[in-house]
Amino acid sequence: MSEPLVFHYDVDGSDFTSAGQASVFVKRNLRQLGLDPEIIRRVSIAMYEGEINMVIHAEGGEADVIVTEDAVEIVLKDHGPGIADVEKAMQEGYSTATSSIQSLGFGAGMGLPNMKRYSDEMQIDTELGVGTTVRMKIRLT
Amino acid sequence: MKICTVKELLNAEVKCCEERLGDHVYSACGSDMMSDVLAYVKDQAVLLTGLVNAQVIRTAEMMDMVCIVFVRSKEPTADMIRLAESSGIVLMVTDCRMFDACGLLYENGLKGRAKKRE
Repeated sequence: MSEPLVFHYDVDGSDFTSAGQASVFVKRNLRQLGLDPEIIRRVSIAMYEGEINMVIHAEGGEADVIVTEDAVEIVLKDHGPGIADVEKAMQEGYSTATSSIQSLGFGAGMGLPNMKRYSDEMQIDTELGVGTTVRMKIRLT
Repeated sequence: MKICTVKELLNAEVKCCEERLGDHVYSACGSDMMSDVLAYVKDQAVLLTGLVNAQVIRTAEMMDMVCIVFVRSKEPTADMIRLAESSGIVLMVTDCRMFDACGLLYENGLKGRAKKRE
């Protein structure tokens, strides 16, 4: 694999039911590429948490998954409200999600910590009122 | 433990993927919070939950789980069943409560064994 493979997805933020579809596609595509199942699981979970966050907090956005010889990079970009306090948001259990989201099984304050846990590198660029871009890298070796 | 044994122990009704009832499962977890489920990795083949929405199916797929048990007679929707079928995940419904369902499976040898990723 010399050229990076890029998968692009638009994440629909209008319907919680469809949240996670992009992650399912990514998982199936990575399986077809024959990547290690543990790597695929880490990429899938990190992206799924990110996708759910985009739907809950930012009315959707865009996801790019770039597969190179040595890593899988996930770039999630939204035009939502931004994250007021990134340090706080990274704490397990801290969440600004509504109780209606919690009744759907999310918003327990585990999203960003899980994304960090499952990736080797994670970077958050956020600006209030402008949006958030999260980059995660999972190394293949 | 075979998935058909899970069905028998919980007196559950299978909703899809019956062809997988002969598959073996080695551990399980019970939760209504999908983010908590996603915080744990490895060898969790069965998810017991009282939550009913499409994200339960997707969470199970992300975690490579093969069987979801809905407790307290919670019925999955037709869309959820279709989603599970496309992912090859067995869905079943039991009238057991969560604590009883987990206890019955544990007592018969299906353990948690979940390990949090550091």
